[in-house]
Amino acid sequence: MAIIDRNMTPPRPDSSPAHGEVAPTSAASVNTSRFRRIMSQIPGPLIGLIVIFVALSFLSPYFLTPRNLLNILSQVSAVGVMSVGALLIILLGGIDLSVGSVLALSSMSMAAMYKMAGWPFEVALLAGLIVGALVGLINGILTAYGKLQPFIATLATMSAAAGLALFITNGNPITGFPDWFIAITATSILGIPIEGVILVAIFAIAAFWLKFRPSGRALYAIGGNEEVARLSGLPVRRAKILVYTIAGLLAAVAGLLVTSRLDSAQPTAGAADLLNVIAVVVIGGASLSGGSGSLLGTFVGLLIIGVLNNGMSLLNVSANLQPVVIGAVIAAAVLTDRKSSRRHT
Amino acid sequence: MVQTLAHTTHDGQADGDSAGLICTGLSKSYWGVPVLKDVDITLRPGNVIGLIGENGAGKSTTSSIIAGIVEANGGSMTIDGIPYEPARPSDALKNGVALIHQEIRMVPELSVAENIFIGRLPRRRGVIDRNRINDEAREYLELVGSQTDPRRPVAGLSIAAQQEIEIARALSREPKYIIFDEPSASLGQAETQHVFAQIAALRQRGVGIVYISHRLEEIKEVADTIVCLRDGALVGNWPASEITKDEMVKAMVGRDFVFSHRAPKPATSEVALSVTGLSKAGVFAGIDFDVHRGEIFGFAGLVGAGRTEVVRTIAGADQADAGEIKVHGEVVQIRNPRSGIDAGIAMVPEDRKGQGLNLDRTGAENITLPWEKELSSAGIITKKKVTSTANKLRDFLDIRGRLDIPVGSLSGGNQQKVLLAKWLVNEPKILILDEPTRGVDVGAKMTIYETIRALAETGVGVIVVSSELEEVLGLSHRVLVMSGGLQRAILDRADATPEAVMALALSNVPKESPLESPIDGEAEYQTTIRTQEN
Repeated sequence: MAIIDRNMTPPRPDSSPAHGEVAPTSAASVNTSRFRRIMSQIPGPLIGLIVIFVALSFLSPYFLTPRNLLNILSQVSAVGVMSVGALLIILLGGIDLSVGSVLALSSMSMAAMYKMAGWPFEVALLAGLIVGALVGLINGILTAYGKLQPFIATLATMSAAAGLALFITNGNPITGFPDWFIAITATSILGIPIEGVILVAIFAIAAFWLKFRPSGRALYAIGGNEEVARLSGLPVRRAKILVYTIAGLLAAVAGLLVTSRLDSAQPTAGAADLLNVIAVVVIGGASLSGGSGSLLGTFVGLLIIGVLNNGMSLLNVSANLQPVVIGAVIAAAVLTDRKSSRRHT
Repeated sequence: MVQTLAHTTHDGQADGDSAGLICTGLSKSYWGVPVLKDVDITLRPGNVIGLIGENGAGKSTTSSIIAGIVEANGGSMTIDGIPYEPARPSDALKNGVALIHQEIRMVPELSVAENIFIGRLPRRRGVIDRNRINDEAREYLELVGSQTDPRRPVAGLSIAAQQEIEIARALSREPKYIIFDEPSASLGQAETQHVFAQIAALRQRGVGIVYISHRLEEIKEVADTIVCLRDGALVGNWPASEITKDEMVKAMVGRDFVFSHRAPKPATSEVALSVTGLSKAGVFAGIDFDVHRGEIFGFAGLVGAGRTEVVRTIAGADQADAGEIKVHGEVVQIRNPRSGIDAGIAMVPEDRKGQGLNLDRTGAENITLPWEKELSSAGIITKKKVTSTANKLRDFLDIRGRLDIPVGSLSGGNQQKVLLAKWLVNEPKILILDEPTRGVDVGAKMTIYETIRALAETGVGVIVVSSELEEVLGLSHRVLVMSGGLQRAILDRADATPEAVMALALSNVPKESPLESPIDGEAEYQTTIRTQEN
């Protein structure tokens, strides 16, 4: 690693100051611009979350109890785990439609290997995770080497995985798992449910990867401009395959959480989760065209969805109306996000 | 020498004459920062004004105001004495003012004719009247000397052909005034000459033209009057025949400054890069050359001659079908950009926005992008490390502007320096520069030239591909000239006169190009070379 010796300074034609340097402005405008800068650094989704949070605290006496708040964390754990994978893929400029079906397929595979094939439960559990990762790997190969558009590739695997999940038991659920497995979603550590701990841990690990590891940071470069990334020597195809595989694996983890909570593997579990997962990532400020987004934003997006759903249930809003509100929030989040990013430029 | 009086043109028209497009006291500021100060320009029918100035001098702002893209804060414009106040581009077009953009904006999937008439496609019984647009498009294409079939899609056409369509589109509005904003930035010499021929024809028909360019030689050739802007103010207005290039440069940069290339220091005898028999079916064939350590090796030729394709292949951006590449004497297998980088070959690509930089990311992030693994410790890369690495290179390359803001907000010259910096984090053995100063102002150009020389002097083998003959001949020890995908000759600096290089670059491709059948082509290519040597 030999960085060029800086003693070698080329002669320069001139040393006049750069163009467009602005003279110092008045104190008042410095203050307002500082206020604006601080405001612009607070992500829009976070402001939204705080507003919703405060509003619900007033509207419902049950909302602001520790028990209810921890409940929210449990309720969003499966969608949250999947949204980590979804964010990674969306950073690359891709999309994964198969997460919900992968959740069902890996859950059913695990259950079938344990109950029908008679494998030891730990082995079956591992196999379930591998099934999820495998579907992700197929997604990755189809997009990276097959040059299929991610929408098409994952539409295909979504359909196939959903069909397989139903095929295993001809559409019947499988029940009866070991006690320790059920306990994962029924136990707390220091008052925090284990699934909440798992969720936060996955977010933290992935966030660390994105921020500090070259291979994680590469996702931003690839999603921002794939050709620039390729010419910079980044392994574009390897990154795609890796990220789709991680997303598949995380969908399988979500499948285990759901199975544990219900003590039942359902072939149609997760079917409604896809839209929630994408909603979480989009509300969290990621751009579907790739290259921008953060896990902190996604986590805030997850809490917005969780808090909204929880609050609406507490307020007895019709379950049929809840998706309408979520839809409005998605549109509002993206509209305000676009406005604020326009202000920056 | 410098006249600040804008109202007198060399053909002696008087001040009070209101014929033409007359701009008086144009001013524009953004957020209190003035970018255009009290600029007067008089454009007479049938006249060509060459508008020069460094990047950021206000050329684009001036043309945007005239074309109705931005509104001036002060000043006024008249056309033939009638006030002209365009609020949007369509107002400008209605008043007969058209702008031809620097970057070609076409819808590739639509046909040539549809692109020409886009936004005002004539309909017959509710559907597009194709016969009519094709016929009319053909007329305008013939006006610009283009043989392109108006029915074919734009996708797949060369940049030069697209530039012709762009001009035909402007002509289809029957404009009285046309602004050309750096039309030659993406064109080679022959294409540029073609544009000049069209400008001459337009002038014959009484069209008034503003021609913006960084290439001072050509602007002198095409313009009647040369107007120079510096820091938003008009600093000169001369008849083109009475001003020299050095005087233009002086007016642009506001200081004495000789636009010359000193002879490079001699290269070493050590071979840095050796390329043998490099071929890619249908693109180029039989490329053989050595680059020595400390040598600047130029690639000249027309756009489309295959220069970019050859260097892209050497850097691993594309794959060769045959040939051998040696770096410092060792054969290297280059399958992708990473293996090129690992072999010590760095390439600054020609398309800064599409291939070079991620405009939404910061300058520092762009600079360290290929080197994050090398810059991390225990697999972790910190912002501090990224910033400090970038700052070292900022000083080295005299990058002006912040590196912690999106690189897209820097000027073209500074963007190019950031792109160059990206490939100097780790000193390369071979540095390939494809159009290193495209869309870059004179000051930045000089810094880039000096950096290239300084790098060569430390023992880097440098390859420069450029459509500007002066640049490639001025920098290089030796020049390889290509045409039609073939290597025509390698000339020493002393022999590489502009005339000699152009003659080789224009040499005819054999009717049955060897590129069609690469295997037989080998032999045929050899015969071509032999005939040339005789």
